[in-house]
Amino acid sequence: MKIHEFQAKQVLRDAGVTVPRGIVADTPQDVASAFHQLGGGVAVVKSQIHAGGRGKGMVKEVPEQRGVQVVRSAAEAEQAARNLLGHTLVTVQTGPQGQVVRRVLVEQGCHIARELYLGIVVDRNAKRPVLIASAEGGVEIEQVAAATPERIFREPFHPDVGLASYQARKLAKKLGLAGPTVRKAEQFMKALCRVFVARDCSLVEINPLVLTAEGDLLALDAKMTFDDNALFRHADLVGLRDLAEEQPAEIRAAEEGLSYVKLDGNIGCLVNGAGLAMATMDLIQLHGGRPANFLDVGGGANVHQVTEAFRILLDDQNVRAVLVNIFGGIMRCTTIAEAILAAYRSVGFRVPLVVRLEGTEVEAGRRMLAESGLDIMAADGLTDAARKVVAAAKSRP
Amino acid sequence: MSILIDKNTRVLCQGITGNAGLFHTRQCLEYGTKVVGGVTPGKGGTTVEGVPVFDTVEEAVEKTGADATMIFVPPAFAADAILEAADAGLRVIVAITEGIPVLDMVRAYDALRHGASVLVGPNCPGVITPEECKIGIMPGYIHRRGPIGVISRSGTLTYEAVWQLTSLGLGQSTCVGLGGDPIVGTSFVELLERFNDDPQTEGVLLIGEIGGTAEEEAAQYVRRHMRKPVAAFIAGRAAPSGKRMGHAGAIIAGGKGTAAEKIAAMEAAGIVVAESPADMGAAMQRAMSRSRGA
Repeated sequence: MKIHEFQAKQVLRDAGVTVPRGIVADTPQDVASAFHQLGGGVAVVKSQIHAGGRGKGMVKEVPEQRGVQVVRSAAEAEQAARNLLGHTLVTVQTGPQGQVVRRVLVEQGCHIARELYLGIVVDRNAKRPVLIASAEGGVEIEQVAAATPERIFREPFHPDVGLASYQARKLAKKLGLAGPTVRKAEQFMKALCRVFVARDCSLVEINPLVLTAEGDLLALDAKMTFDDNALFRHADLVGLRDLAEEQPAEIRAAEEGLSYVKLDGNIGCLVNGAGLAMATMDLIQLHGGRPANFLDVGGGANVHQVTEAFRILLDDQNVRAVLVNIFGGIMRCTTIAEAILAAYRSVGFRVPLVVRLEGTEVEAGRRMLAESGLDIMAADGLTDAARKVVAAAKSRP
Repeated sequence: MSILIDKNTRVLCQGITGNAGLFHTRQCLEYGTKVVGGVTPGKGGTTVEGVPVFDTVEEAVEKTGADATMIFVPPAFAADAILEAADAGLRVIVAITEGIPVLDMVRAYDALRHGASVLVGPNCPGVITPEECKIGIMPGYIHRRGPIGVISRSGTLTYEAVWQLTSLGLGQSTCVGLGGDPIVGTSFVELLERFNDDPQTEGVLLIGEIGGTAEEEAAQYVRRHMRKPVAAFIAGRAAPSGKRMGHAGAIIAGGKGTAAEKIAAMEAAGIVVAESPADMGAAMQRAMSRSRGA
């Protein structure tokens, strides 16, 4: 689960990580008064959307406006807010459709001496969380990793031991920190690692971490993602979820126990199992088509789930044909065929449907589909399914 | 021969009184697996499907001589169940449970790191040695005894692959589902080592997917040490970056973990990579005949 920057900073502040003073606002008037409350010097108005790249992002309705702006007066702050609030911000991460800015974070400006990077993820090879540090702050860490991997430093730690002081000192040294700042870095890093574990994060990223002219460390930006599987023990975090930032179809799918990811192609697919669902997308692409989505109905695939899955697929106006690919293992193909037929009848299909069944009682399952009298194309094998659905999609405008 | 499990393996089911645990205990018994006991705290002394239920794994092992377990315990308690199984000295621990918090798995992995137990999963279909022992949720009847080892990060895609192998007359020595989570107990390399040393296994089919670097490590092992032909399929060529594809571990993060990188590494190691998921069995067949010709 992703949260907003202002929420992440609150979680960090509560955990003893130093962050700039800031106020969240959702009207231009409140932004102006926030500017005053923060002391009226230099402030930064930052769009709050879940996607990154806001600083270079462009507002659709006001093309000269960027997603993050330094302001020096209340009037300037108010104008920036007017340009941002309710408007659509397009960044490298939002896709061309952009994301509506519903609130902004107004933060006190600071004197930046250096911009650094800190991040924590669970490293799959080390099988531990790892604190990642780089002196190249303010740019995308992936770019640094690709161009100059030697400038990225890593310290894995056990969740219940935390980051050791010496590990923090090692990193501080490599970041070129000296004097009393080293002690501050140690506190900052250890607190960050503690909050990562305490809140079951899957990602914490401070980019940039700034070293101020006064020698202090501040989390100028903060990104925090929580492990969905651990939310059951963090009831307080669940309230931070912002459904407006998520794809409505993906939310709906999740409620039905379906795993759905929207893509930009025109062939809808419904598959049981994540690996097979991915392989089905590959298969469609290999045969010259473009998948409209990833959709895993899970092991069960009952009438209700298949019906909901069909509705979600058909709500996507790009979809020109649908492929159902089911490997009936313990679940019998006849049960699945029944579910498909019932769902097909209740949904009212507007595009061709190709069904490929394999596994337990497959003959009987295929017969049920063939004898239904419904306009369902049965496929004989994966390749035949791909060819049929790609041809069907191409035949429709 | 086979790896990990065979007809003599004595299996426990942790979480045997839950829906999934009960259903799959029945399925495993029907397949011929020696399910000798179940564990559900508080339900000790009862019997399920003729199988005695115990309160603790320790007691179950003592009374039944079990050496393997399958775990169907709900996610919040599953890491604890894994630790309990390792503590009781079980040799093979198969964790089926999906949705275990990743930091719980970090802790469990760390605790098991130096022990003698092999953990398979979590979030996996399990392990099967055809016609001998099935520990997991895979449909047993699609498998045939034979010379091919199968290692996969997926569930239904593995069934698909096994089905293709069986249809081509290629039976399997042992099939292992590694699980779709970011942290799993066993990876490709440990199992490749076992298959390399297993006399029954003549070739290995790997089924990987986007995310992480387990496939690249497998490729490196194959290049340096593998004496048997290897074929592979990598799912997720069409997957976009930054989006989780169902499995918690299936995500291209920061441009890393793409199918293209994995396929390139595998091909460079001499692995026959199927371009289409329809050709996984055929790729294995090709790898086998190529090695015979060489």
